[in-house]
Amino acid sequence: MTTSSDIRADAAVVETAAVAVAVAETATETATETAADVLPSAAGTPAEAGPTDPDLAVHLLRLGDDALVLGQRLCEWITHAPTVEEDLALSNIALDLIGHARTLFTRCGRLDGSGRTEDDLAFTRSERQFTNALLTELPNGDFAVTVARQLAYTHYAVLYYEALAGCPDAELAAFGARAAKEAAFHRLHADRWTRRLGRGTPESTRRMQRGLERVWPYTRELFEEDDVVRRLAAAGTVPSPAPLHARWEQHVTGVVTGAGLTVPAPAWSAGGGRGGLHTEEFGPLIAELQSVHRQFPGGTW
Amino acid sequence: MSRRREGAPASWEVFLRARRGLAHQHVGSVRAADPDAALATARDLYARRGDPLSLWVVRSDAVHTASPDERDPYFAGARHKPYRYPEHFAPLTGEGADGDHVE
Amino acid sequence: MSAQATAALPADPAVAPAAEDELLAHFDALVAGGGTVEPRDWMPDGYRRMLVRQIAQHAHSEIIGMQPEGGWLTRAPSLHRKSVLIAKVQDEAGHGLYLYSAAETLGADRADLLEALHRGQQRASATFNHPALTWADTGAIAWLTDGAAVINQAPLCRTSYGPYARAMRRVCQEEAFHVRQGYDLMRALCEGTPEQKEMAQDAVDRWWLPAVALMFGPPDTEAGGADARTAALGAAVSRRAMAWGIKRHTNDELRQRFVDQCVPQAERLGLTLPDPAIRWNEERGHYDFTPVGWDTYREALGDDTHWARQRIERRRAAHEDGTWVREAAAAYAAREDADAARQRTEEPA
Repeated sequence: MTTSSDIRADAAVVETAAVAVAVAETATETATETAADVLPSAAGTPAEAGPTDPDLAVHLLRLGDDALVLGQRLCEWITHAPTVEEDLALSNIALDLIGHARTLFTRCGRLDGSGRTEDDLAFTRSERQFTNALLTELPNGDFAVTVARQLAYTHYAVLYYEALAGCPDAELAAFGARAAKEAAFHRLHADRWTRRLGRGTPESTRRMQRGLERVWPYTRELFEEDDVVRRLAAAGTVPSPAPLHARWEQHVTGVVTGAGLTVPAPAWSAGGGRGGLHTEEFGPLIAELQSVHRQFPGGTW
Repeated sequence: MSRRREGAPASWEVFLRARRGLAHQHVGSVRAADPDAALATARDLYARRGDPLSLWVVRSDAVHTASPDERDPYFAGARHKPYRYPEHFAPLTGEGADGDHVE
Repeated sequence: MSAQATAALPADPAVAPAAEDELLAHFDALVAGGGTVEPRDWMPDGYRRMLVRQIAQHAHSEIIGMQPEGGWLTRAPSLHRKSVLIAKVQDEAGHGLYLYSAAETLGADRADLLEALHRGQQRASATFNHPALTWADTGAIAWLTDGAAVINQAPLCRTSYGPYARAMRRVCQEEAFHVRQGYDLMRALCEGTPEQKEMAQDAVDRWWLPAVALMFGPPDTEAGGADARTAALGAAVSRRAMAWGIKRHTNDELRQRFVDQCVPQAERLGLTLPDPAIRWNEERGHYDFTPVGWDTYREALGDDTHWARQRIERRRAAHEDGTWVREAAAAYAAREDADAARQRTEEPA
């Protein structure tokens, strides 16, 4: 059994409610037991809300928007994936990402003093108020574009969440540690497909290279540093992503060249997402996301 | 069991250790082109719930079998040696099997 | 498998092939005694064919059944509901794969089964020939059609074919979550604004018939609405499936069980099931309802409608668009295998 090494439990996303009895008793809870459970849920009273920190709120909203928007894009794949196995794999990743967004939004709503819930943040903001990096909103394209986008994002997410796991805020650190493990599993998926498409057929090699070219100009924005991030990093509240870029580049270069492909050297770099300036394709994504919620004012779900 | 179609991904048998202290148990099979993909699919498919510790995948065509129904000689001996089982003997105590070692 | 069952078998069929009727007698005795049939056992061709057809249809239904709800993943109105729906659709993909895996132990090839689905030679449950038009449909589908599925499938956890029974035990454990979340979703709508409740009632109006008619198969008793000839035919098929331990109840028995379960649930939600004939029958100890006659059944099938075509078309498109990806995975694996083989010959152990 040399080839079938154990998948270690910590490499796997773990949903803890296991057996039939638990499923029966906590039916609707089991589905969402991901990193979202690390933090208490949205319904905190103002007394528990704790101190506000506008900068940290802005930062967590950005991370949460990245996760939500990318999760939304992956949801679009489901029932359209190349295999049923891939429907399963992509929905798994989407589920984790939505879990990350929920945790981050909930905390954001407390930190900015607004008391907004995760759903307020997801469903009632306009598209100009979303602060995700443009990479995460890029349309799915073919499977190679999606893999390239996943490759860029997951390598970044693992590095950033691992760094976040060292921050002084215990709740946030615990979230970072758990999200890093989940993202590490998503990274395996991206690495595996990059290699298979890169070293598959001439067609897949061509498509994978094109996928990398498509998304690469959008990768730099993930590591951007502005005044908000600089203040947070200087205060030691959370780490800046900027110093992680070199390691990110080293890691993805290893995967890309190992797949027989070339790391693109784009002549331009996209930006603006953190300030709410999005692609034209983003409007329909948000409209779809919010359509039912907005159609029923005062609705409870 | 099933023939390998041209270009179709191979079949892999999946074994899962659900908890520490348990042996890996056969849970089903997956189709995948290579072992890494088979492991990933097996994980998504058979370990969505619970807190499983470890997974094995084995190419289905690498599993050699001996089934009693089909090759009786292989197992014929097993049924006729009752002395291999504790119930064959008198209990160790008057109360019954309580004093016996129980697996 | 019980020792008794194995003890009854002939010495070694590979060496001394037993007469077919002797094998059949052993098989019948095994199944009649509640024993489990395993993949490498001898089994009658009819048994194998019936199983492959039933398991494949079930697997196809899971895969096609992802579509009506899958269309709402991007529109779920809260992040909690979104997570739950992703988990549910994911389970459906998983159930399809468990079942294809069970079918493969009978010598069927999964690629052939998918091809048969894409070509229209095999079918998914006609329940999904109906469109999911609003968010409430995702709740109605889970509460009603998954609720029906659980009733239909619970007996299959004890079906005579081992791999099928084991797959069904996994499926049923997970379906319990589906039904609960569907009911919970409907309850939230019924306790919400009048517009939300109206959406819930509309969804139930449209999903009741597909669930009650199609999830249990055609009527197979006269009481259930079949004419005498059809009832006899249906009963014959059901009897054979029951004798083989593939099936344990008639379609109409299970249908009654479903109605009995749903009526009080609908009352608690404050929703009306769209069948004026529903009322408690003290004498029978069951709810009466309009029998699903053959005409109703055929009407509910929705065969060859826009949605029947659409579901298959979408599946086929996904499969065809993914061809280059599957080819790449196969080519990669072939090259890795070749490299490994070359290394083995270059460095003998």
